[in-house]
Amino acid sequence: MASKPRTLYEKIWDAHVVERRDDGTCLIYIDRHLVHEVTSPQAFEALRLAGRPVRRPDLTLAVPDHNLPTTARRDASGQPIPITDPESAQQLAALERNAPEFGIRLIGDADIEQGIVHVVGPEQGFSLPGATIVCGDSHTACHGGLGALAFGIGTSEVEHVLATQTLLLKPAKTMEVRVEGELGPGVTAKDVVLHIGGVLRASGGTGYVIEYTGSAIRNLSIEGRLTVSNMAIEHGARAGLIAPDDKTLAYVQGRPYAPKGAEWDGAVAWWKSLTTDPGAAYDKVVVIDAADIVPSVTWGTSPEDVVPITGTVPAPADFADPSKQDAAQKSLDYMGLEPGQKLTEVEIQNVFIGSCTNSRIEDLRAAAKVLKGRTKAPNVRWAVVVPGSGLVKRQAEQEGLDRIFLDAGFEWREPGCSACLGMNPDKVPPGERCASTSNRNFVGRQGPGSRTHLVSPATAAASAVAGKLADVRALAAN
Amino acid sequence: MEAVSEVSGRAIPFGRKNVDTDVIIPAKWLKTITREGMGRGAFETLRSDPDNLFDSPEFKGSPILIAGDNFGCGSSREHAAWALLDLGITAVIAPSFSDIFSGNAFKNGILTVVLPQAAIDRLMEVAQTDPVTIDLESQTVTTPFQDRFPFEIDAFRKHCLLNGLDEIGLTMARDGAISTYENSARAAMPWLAATEQQMGDKAA
Repeated sequence: MASKPRTLYEKIWDAHVVERRDDGTCLIYIDRHLVHEVTSPQAFEALRLAGRPVRRPDLTLAVPDHNLPTTARRDASGQPIPITDPESAQQLAALERNAPEFGIRLIGDADIEQGIVHVVGPEQGFSLPGATIVCGDSHTACHGGLGALAFGIGTSEVEHVLATQTLLLKPAKTMEVRVEGELGPGVTAKDVVLHIGGVLRASGGTGYVIEYTGSAIRNLSIEGRLTVSNMAIEHGARAGLIAPDDKTLAYVQGRPYAPKGAEWDGAVAWWKSLTTDPGAAYDKVVVIDAADIVPSVTWGTSPEDVVPITGTVPAPADFADPSKQDAAQKSLDYMGLEPGQKLTEVEIQNVFIGSCTNSRIEDLRAAAKVLKGRTKAPNVRWAVVVPGSGLVKRQAEQEGLDRIFLDAGFEWREPGCSACLGMNPDKVPPGERCASTSNRNFVGRQGPGSRTHLVSPATAAASAVAGKLADVRALAAN
Repeated sequence: MEAVSEVSGRAIPFGRKNVDTDVIIPAKWLKTITREGMGRGAFETLRSDPDNLFDSPEFKGSPILIAGDNFGCGSSREHAAWALLDLGITAVIAPSFSDIFSGNAFKNGILTVVLPQAAIDRLMEVAQTDPVTIDLESQTVTTPFQDRFPFEIDAFRKHCLLNGLDEIGLTMARDGAISTYENSARAAMPWLAATEQQMGDKAA
């Protein structure tokens, strides 16, 4: 008898069930655990108090990223430059102490491999297709771009995974978001996921794992797929998934922690089976025509507040839901925008190119392509590029991208989360606007009073040149 | 986790939808290595308004928060749950919650009660003047005015909450099953089971 057709999610889930309880809750084995300095100190402390060891330190990798300043970390003589914020310094020191105490490998701030955990995991081959991957960070969804079941967890769950290498979970519902067709010129993976966010809204994916399918998704590079899956959480889905294919295998092969030899062959055989079977049913299907997607930008304070760059700021009355009308008015007040205003007339003072969503080499190439031979507008006070890892930074420098950014008036920084979340010194000042390649436009996200417009790296670069939110296609035509 | 069976008292009629965890606790408050004192940063932006609900004489210290759709969306920071606890909030009633937040709340003994918008609207009205009671055993929310709203909750979570069970302790008791899984996975998917070798290579 043929087995029941299964979705990609179900195949990965089934392969990781340690025990299934009568009520449907499963004990799920976790293959890879990424740890950073912000959400782990309380977990390590609890283990210490209970006298519990880390069950599988070899499946755990610690990388500091959130708190690290992105300015130089070593002086001319190679000595560490102290971190001025005592709380940040304390938290980073805690990770540096906890990792060796519990036998966990640490990629430290001085290592060339250091970067944002969600850039480092795939880059090192630590994140693999078909693996279950967790991290105390909601953008762990990112690794789903490789076909891994990856999701963010809280600190109690970090502790649970450290102690047991498992989590108690209920199976999620499954949603297919199918994007068919060819993307137009200037339309990138970021525009695809911003557009999807506008369709699904901020809670449309709650309770689901989203599998992104369709020709437009298959045609994306692996880095583009990581960008799309990264923002699954912005539609409420804890995880995104994109079936691994030959591009995925080519991406993974040869990376430091990737399997080798006979293990590689065995892995490839399994990874090739990781597609949703014909006839398998999703709980929900959403179909999007790639031709409908244009360079996109957010106007409000939720990632669902998406409009085409060619569009205008909506009025609260445009929304049917009364609570959304109220929220839209609050967003407009916070963002200092008027209904009907053209997005391309909105002046910006800051440009941030970075974050786990858009700080990989292809992102930097896309931005540099727009900026080559151009400079930022005088009203753009602060423009910054923060590579996702030391290896991305080195690659970009080998390609001369750093020169293009510096010549365009951008700062070129050390890797880290930077201005994505207002936790380290990189912040957007109150009342100022930022064209940002990050993932969240929440109130105060980039610093108290900051006004964030989420965009792609190409749009961010074009906006820096124009001094306003800009349509990269118009700039390219000049 | 301490056992919890009932939460009763004034409920803050907050009502907002898509309340993200950056709003509940901004990132600058996450630089701590303990779980304590998060209340200082809780809802910081909203509480910079002197007329805010959270610090009003009427609602300060209330054990229940009533919110709109998608409460706790965004960042996975458990600090959001710790911040609510530090304000004295031990239950949140909303039409929906983000998956990660509801998990974090549960791990800290905070009840997340899902009710339809119509029930939320009624509770928002009652909360202006009167208390609300959440009974976990019977899975109902009641008011002094004969309102009675039943709610669903995961059976396992309910059991843990009512008995104050330590989930990590429960799972550690399944150590044998975990080892059995590890052994079979090592045979079936050896590339997932062994990063030690590669990590050694890397370090060398």
